[in-house]
Amino acid sequence: MEIQIENLSKKYGHQRAVDSISFEVKPGEVLGFLGPNGAGKSTTMKMITGYLSMGEGDVRIDGKSIRDHGDELKRHIGYLPENNPLYHDMPVIDYLAFCGALQGMRKQAVKSRLREMVSVCGLNTEKHKKIGELSKGYRQRVGLAQAMIHDPEILVLDEPTTGLDPNQIVEIRNLIRELGKAKTVVLSTHILPEVEATCDRILIINKGKIVANGTADTLRKQATGQEIVRLRIEDGLAEEIIGALRRMPSVDTVEVVDKELNRLEVQSRTGKSSKREIFQLCVQRSWILSELIPLETRLEDIFRDLTTK
Amino acid sequence: MRAAWIIARKELQSYFDSLIAYIMLILFLGFSGFFTWLFGSDVFMVGQASLQSFFGVAYWTLFFFTPALTMRLLAEEKKTGTIELLLTKAVTDREVVIGKFLAAFLLVMVALFFTLPYVITLSMIGDIDAGEILCGYAGLALMSGAYISLGLYASSITNNQIVAFLLALTIGLFFHVIFEVLAGNFTGITAQLFSTLSLSNHFQSISRGVVDTRDVIYFGSLIFLGLFFSELSLTKRNLN
Repeated sequence: MEIQIENLSKKYGHQRAVDSISFEVKPGEVLGFLGPNGAGKSTTMKMITGYLSMGEGDVRIDGKSIRDHGDELKRHIGYLPENNPLYHDMPVIDYLAFCGALQGMRKQAVKSRLREMVSVCGLNTEKHKKIGELSKGYRQRVGLAQAMIHDPEILVLDEPTTGLDPNQIVEIRNLIRELGKAKTVVLSTHILPEVEATCDRILIINKGKIVANGTADTLRKQATGQEIVRLRIEDGLAEEIIGALRRMPSVDTVEVVDKELNRLEVQSRTGKSSKREIFQLCVQRSWILSELIPLETRLEDIFRDLTTK
Repeated sequence: MRAAWIIARKELQSYFDSLIAYIMLILFLGFSGFFTWLFGSDVFMVGQASLQSFFGVAYWTLFFFTPALTMRLLAEEKKTGTIELLLTKAVTDREVVIGKFLAAFLLVMVALFFTLPYVITLSMIGDIDAGEILCGYAGLALMSGAYISLGLYASSITNNQIVAFLLALTIGLFFHVIFEVLAGNFTGITAQLFSTLSLSNHFQSISRGVVDTRDVIYFGSLIFLGLFFSELSLTKRNLN
């Protein structure tokens, strides 16, 4: 099922938590929702799942508005809220069966699906324990299992990997990737490597507005207007080298990283590359070029750049 | 309404899992049994095959127990955030409210069911007025329904269980005692109004064995209003 969000807004008092955002998510796509705390990620997710009513704008699922068909559409959505609230006094199995029944599943269907979810989420040893007795990682798995119990076509996961250890994070990411092949998945996080590892598309949101939308690669291309290379040049005087580099037409700025080792960072002018000229310069002056590393803009930098304005 | 029933079953289960149900049953049966058969103006003292003394005790014990049953129903879910999980399932706000109401109501019905031996014992030692006893039970059921509904509302406007308990007790106190006292202090239309609002008047009139439509409408509207406002305050999460 396809999610379409059109000019969605939500106000808390006078503050606009979500400010006229529009985007689409298609089946077979994992959308990563990125943003600093309080950017409006969770509010948007709450509106998609029908917990909060929409301010202005609309959320459509397969063309049907949540406003008019909310109760019917909820059945197709699996939701893992922020902080993963659970009934701590309920045994895992009973809780999952309860969730399945509430989503309108038949008793037999719940039974077989339950077995599947327990094995997929690795809950087999813990299934008869009360949820309150489980560790945080297992609770997170229970949260994921309840979101998926009715095999929904849409999964909305608010920070699905918080509180998990590195091994579990990898497992959950693989699971999300796997699910994302057939389903529509929206997940929020502020762990940047996670988005790169799991998401097909990234949406960065800040102060209620979308500030970037695209794959990790396109975001990088947009951000890296200027080429940056890291150099190490030996057998020359630092001042002489820097001076020569600065005089080159393609070079914008030269920054010294390590004076003793002659390590420099050279930023080219927009749309130009200075790698060849640097090489030729070294050949002319018989300097030894021992390092030349093109630097990729990291997602962290893009994120910081977009969300601190 | 299928979802309401699923929620009711789950809540009932958690009453029994958390011992609340057992404590409530033991206390209720203990109190009512003690005062019906052993102490004060009990059956033997009165010397009539009547359960009036039981209805009198149950009238008070249920008044105190229902807030204890309802206080956590919505307040706890709001506090832990599970309400978000519940309401994003394929259920409506109304089904949640009705499910929770049913759970507490069914537990009270179970408690009343266990007093059936009283009726059987009484029928063996004397001639009982079946109509009167039936009406007495109906009165208790309606009264509990009204207090559960009000308690549910109290639970829906706070996320603190203690506050929900005290609030429910305070609201209940008005219907249980205060309106009747006020009715005695005023005259004319004001007295009439307070006496109509007083739950004890309506309860007494039913438990005397006369089912008046006015009493049924009174209890019905209390239940309805409690549920209606509970649903409203759940839906109010949207009105920021």
